[in-house]
Order: sequence, then C-alpha cells, then structure tokens
Amino acid sequence: MDKSMVKAIILIGGPQKGTRFRPLSLDTPKPLFPVAGLPMIQHHIEACTRINNLKEIIILGYYPTNDLAQFVSEMNQKYKILIRYLQEFTPLGTAGGMYHFRDQVRSGNPSGFFVIHGDVCSDFPLSQMLEFHEKRPGALITVLGTEATKQQSVYYGCLVCAKETSEITHYVEKPSTFVSTLINCGVYFCSIDIFQIMADVFKKKEEAFYNGENGYGSENGCSGSMQLEKEVLQPLSGTGKSFVYQITDWWSQLKSAGSAIYANRHYLQVYRNKHPERLAKSKENQVNIIGDVYIHPSATVHPSAILGPNVSISAFATVGPGVRIRESIVLQEAVIADHSLILYSIVGRGTKVGEWTRVEGTPCDPNPNKPFAKMDNLPLFNSSGKLNPSITVLGCSVTVPSEVILLNSIVLPYKDLTRSFKNEIIL
Amino acid sequence: MCGTDNKTSRVKALILVGGYGTRLRPLTLSRPKPLVEFANKPMLLHQMEALVAAGVTEVVLAVSYRAEQMEQELNTEAIKLGINLIFSHETEPLGTAGPLALAKSILGSTPEPFFVLNSDIICEFPFRDLLAFHKNHGKEGTIVVTKVEEPSKYGVVLCDEDGKIDSFIEKPQEFVSNKINAGMYILNPDVLKRIPLKPTSIEKEVFPFMANEGQLYAMELEGFWMDVGQPRDFLTGMCLYLSSLRHRQPNLLGSGDSIVGNVLIDPTAKIGEGCRIGPNVTIGPNVILEDGVCIKRSTILEGAIIKSHSWLSGCIVGWRCIVGKWVRMENITVLGEDVIVKDELYINGGQVLPHKSIASSVPEPQIIM
Repeated sequence: MDKSMVKAIILIGGPQKGTRFRPLSLDTPKPLFPVAGLPMIQHHIEACTRINNLKEIIILGYYPTNDLAQFVSEMNQKYKILIRYLQEFTPLGTAGGMYHFRDQVRSGNPSGFFVIHGDVCSDFPLSQMLEFHEKRPGALITVLGTEATKQQSVYYGCLVCAKETSEITHYVEKPSTFVSTLINCGVYFCSIDIFQIMADVFKKKEEAFYNGENGYGSENGCSGSMQLEKEVLQPLSGTGKSFVYQITDWWSQLKSAGSAIYANRHYLQVYRNKHPERLAKSKENQVNIIGDVYIHPSATVHPSAILGPNVSISAFATVGPGVRIRESIVLQEAVIADHSLILYSIVGRGTKVGEWTRVEGTPCDPNPNKPFAKMDNLPLFNSSGKLNPSITVLGCSVTVPSEVILLNSIVLPYKDLTRSFKNEIIL
Repeated sequence: MCGTDNKTSRVKALILVGGYGTRLRPLTLSRPKPLVEFANKPMLLHQMEALVAAGVTEVVLAVSYRAEQMEQELNTEAIKLGINLIFSHETEPLGTAGPLALAKSILGSTPEPFFVLNSDIICEFPFRDLLAFHKNHGKEGTIVVTKVEEPSKYGVVLCDEDGKIDSFIEKPQEFVSNKINAGMYILNPDVLKRIPLKPTSIEKEVFPFMANEGQLYAMELEGFWMDVGQPRDFLTGMCLYLSSLRHRQPNLLGSGDSIVGNVLIDPTAKIGEGCRIGPNVTIGPNVILEDGVCIKRSTILEGAIIKSHSWLSGCIVGWRCIVGKWVRMENITVLGEDVIVKDELYINGGQVLPHKSIASSVPEPQIIM
C-alpha cells in the first residue's frame, strides 16, 4: 500500500463571506470564532494532525494575511507540523485557489490531499476516508457524505451513488427538485492527479473565454475562478473516479451565530472520548458543572456558579457568584455578574452583563423527531417581517445593565444597553 | 369628639363585601377576597381595625355568597377585636345601596349615623374625623372624596367650599373637578327611607337626590387612597400603604443590609444571604427566600418559597407557591395558591391558577389554566 505523504487544504473564504455570522464576525474572522474553546478551524487542524503521514496543512482564503498570522504561528508551535496560510488575490471559488497554488500543494510529492471547508463541523473521520480512498485505485476524489431529510437535501450538494461500490453516479449542487438524500459534507480527499482534471477544466474555460462563448468579463471567464462542486465533481460523476464515504454521526455547518451553539455542543461531546482533559469537572463536595463544559484555564468562575450542559468559557472571562449558564458561549474577557442567567446565548468579547440579568435565546436545533434532520438556517426575519426567535448574541464590548432581560435579541458591538429588549436587533 | 366614647360606641358600620372578587383571581379562587392578605393582614381586617379604633362595635358585612371559611375566620377576628359581626346575605345582588335596606333593622335601630364602606379600598381610614365632620354639618350624609390625577375615568364630585355637594358628573370629558367618591360614607338612619329593598346603586339612585336636597356633604381624604380590587392596583396600593407606614409606624418596616426602601417582613419569614429585598415588598409568614434572591414591588404570601438567584418584580406570589432558582417573574405576574414554577423560567405577566406546575416560560402575558 502506498504510504507516501498527504496534505490538507482548509478553505476559509474571506471577509465578504460569513455575513450571516454577524455580529460575531465583525471583530473576529469567522474561521477563528471559538467553538468548544478552540477557533473553529483548529478542530480541522486537530483532525488533520491525527493522520501520521499528513505533512502540511494549507489554510486557503482571501482574508488579509495579518488576520491569521498570529493564529498560524500558534498552530505551528502547538502541533509541530507545517501550517501555512495562502492568500488568494481575489476570490477564486472552491477549486480556483488550490489550482492557482497547485505547485505549492504538489511540492514534496504528496499522493493526495484533503480539502475541508472551514465552516463545516464534524468529527472528521479523515483516516477512514484516506483508507477508503486508497482501496479504490482509480479514485481521483472521495467525498464525505451524510444523509439529510428529503426537504432539506435540496439546500446542499446532492449525491447519488452505487450501493455496492460507493461510486458517485450523479452529482448536482442545490437542485430545485429532489434528487437524493445523500448530501455533500464539504470534506474531500483528492488524489494529486485531480490537478490534471482541473487543468483541463481551466483550459476549456480559457478557450471558451477567448472564443467569446461566455461573454466578455463574465464570472466564469479567465479570472481563474473554478468551482470544485460544479466544475470538477459533477463532470467526474459516473466516470468511476469519484466515490462517497458516508458517515452517520454528527455533521453540521456553521453559517449563522445560532449554529455555533449547536456545534459547540457537539465538539464538547467529541472531547469526552478524544480529549476528556479539556472538560471541566465539579470540585469535590459540590456540583457546579453539569454535562460537558469547557473552561479556559485563565477564566475565573466563582465556585457558586453553575455551568452546563454545553457551555464554553473563553480566556480571561469572569463568571460571578450564583451565575447560571447553560447552552452558551462566553468569549474572552466577558464578565457575568452575580445571580445572572445565560441561556442559549453568545456573550461577546469584553461584554459585561450586570447582576440578576437574564440573557436568553431560542435554540434552533435540528428537529429531533426527524431522523437526519439538519439545522434550518432560517433567515433573520420571517415572512411577516418579524425577527425569527434565535440565539441571543451580544457583540463585543456590550454593556448589559443589572436586572434586565434580553430575549432573542442581537446586540451589535460597543452598545451600552439601558433597559430590557425582546426580539430586537440593537444596532 | 374626644370624651364621647359612650356615644360613638353606638355607631355601626356596613361593609360592602359583595361577590366572588373575580377581579382578584386567581388569588380569590383559593380564599375569599376579604381574607386575602394585603400587607400581611386580611384586607377586611384593615377596615375592621380602623372602625374599631373609631369606636365602632357592630359591623355588618354585606355578602352575596356564603363562605364558611370566611365567616369562621372573620368571627375569630371579631372576637379578638371585641366587636359584634353580623353577616347579611343577599339572595340576589342588591347593588351598592340595596344591602343597606336589607340591614335596615340593624342600621336603623338607633338614631346614630352609621358608616358604609366598600371592602376594596385602602387608605388611612379617617373614621373619627368623618364622624366629627358629619355631626358638624348636621345633614343626612357625608361621603369621603379623594383627589385623583385622571378624573375622567371616574364619577367626579362637585362641591362648595364647606363641602356641600352640588352635583355628580359621570366620566367628565372636560376637567370639572379632581375629586372622586372614595367609597366611604357616613349616613343618618333617615337615608334608609330613600332605599328600596331591590338592586339599587347608591351612587346613581341615592346620592344625587340627597345632593339636590342639600343633604349630602363631602369630606376630603388626607393621604393615599387606592381601590385594590385587582392585581395591578393591589401592588400600587401596597406601595402607598408601605410609604404611609414609613411615616406612621416606621418600626414595623424591615431594615438591614438586604433591605431597600419600604419592606414589610413577617418575623417568621426566613431570608437567605445576599438577597436584595425592596423597595415596596411584603413578605408573609413562614416565607422562605433562599440566598441571592432579588424582589421588588411584590407581595409574597404565606408559606411561599423563592429559591436562590431568582428575580421578581411586580408579582403576587400565592400561598405555599414554590418558585425555582434563576426564575424571572415580572409585569403583574400573579401565582395562585400552591403553584410550582420550575428552575430558570421566565414569567411575564402570567396569571396562574392554583395548584399548577409551570415547566416552560411564559414570555407574553397570559392566563395559565
């Protein structure tokens, strides 16, 4: 069996993306938003480092290099593996960037590479995928797939595969009618020869452009942009070169702020097996931790506070006496004063919540009664123009006074609130 | 009128208790309204004590329903106060004047005037002054009037400088007077001749005629006044009552690190550490407030338990309720008897019927059956 080295590419997009993640993405690049105590894409990096012969991780996007420099250097130190950030000069689509940097990907002669979208959350069974891929000699690409409901499948890339061989026989991105309940999870393993396919696609596009077939300056012109799903995966389906590796456990996307609470819960659950040392435990003779809770070592949590289940407390945050926090994320340097209650909420960096205050959101979890249901990424407003109830999000450096209630509200950074708010966006 | 105790001792009073007190539900589903504790004392007892202090020895309660519990409990109180308590039962609702006709044999047994009052009102009952004022003008009747900010909601009283009432105007569109009928009167037995034994309104069918004949005077009330017949006004009345206590008997009000403003706490109540109670809170007997509870503008009735870290404002918590930890209740939330509110819930303007267990939040005002 070929045991040559492999690489991984994490696609993080750029600041123009992730607007649904506002106001949290206003001050932190979305890929660095902490979930279960770690920046979102650090979970991807950790999954990659579990593969022995994975020698390099390339983070690919169009955020300014400075936004990621510190993170990348921390990751290099922590994981003793080569991790680089490569910046696309302009958004190049899901395949255009890696094709542009193909020489960097190819260097060192890897047999292939993973491609992982930065905003998907999963336990990432990468070694199983790799093994699966290597058992299929003709395979150019293996796609991680999962089951969705019939209704929700059309919001994703839909895969049809042959039962016995797992070969992809048909692929369509976000179809308008039902095609298949098997959906694309945004995680791939590609053999290095995939660049040959991309080169062919690129050449065809170039020719078409200079023949004027696509019209001058159209987005599919010679800008270097290329979509992995439509322009690579779709043509490869039915050729015997693309396969699907199906998982049945948790997978979700991190699109809205609300989905961060859902992802937080699952990553904490993953810690139970993989990193039990990261989960907080109740001190002797008292129960102040319920279920899965992450508390950064530098955070201060009063012994009389009760946290959990599914709570993450970031660095230098302060949780006062008699505070109760459930299903929430509290970011760096936030302060929660005595007797307050935080439910289904995200408390931004440096935000201060007064005493006896209630900060509460509404969970937007997938329907637990429907097998394979995914989270509905509802729009902010419903058809009658009212705010859809969702997670309460406090942007950074917000001040919430004592004794008020914030219910299903979104507060933009640096606001000093003076009263209660319900179902409102506070600009 | 000092030194005339023998004479005043013959003064009687009639309290219009009326029906089921539906406006004060869900509390009155468990306890007749006159027995619902206002500032840790049954509502009717505030009035009975003030009447006793003015020398009244015989009180007629005009009720339109039978309630054994009420009669027993009030008889016990009457014995303590040393008064004769007579229940006058209407077989059909007789309005605000009819009950006087029904009790004619008692009220008219002496030539002395008698007091009449609505059972829902709370003030610094000025019965001695009222008797003196009444005797002084010598006419058939005197009604107590109080000034209100928005008189257009009520019937207003027009009177001259001496207090002689000129006329009544129902819900005036334009400002004519800010004095309204406060629901307390003193009447001579002669007035009974004006009242038939049938449903009759004293405000509409008796007083206007007396005023026309120059037989009705108004005495202005000093201090606060409130009709506490419904939850919102019950709490407003409690605030006014407590601030009146602050001036009259400040020693009755609580003090200490955890107390803010005017707070009345029964000595048998237990208050945990790190609480913030007040302003304007009444805590009943055997109530338990656990550590870190914050309560404002609320009444907690006997035997209720409020668990740690909860926050209450504008609430009436019924007898023996249990409110969980980190609960927030506000905006005229009324819990009937023996209601359980689970931990971490939010109740906004909930009216909860007795013996309910609440397991999910009530974000908008509603009645929970």
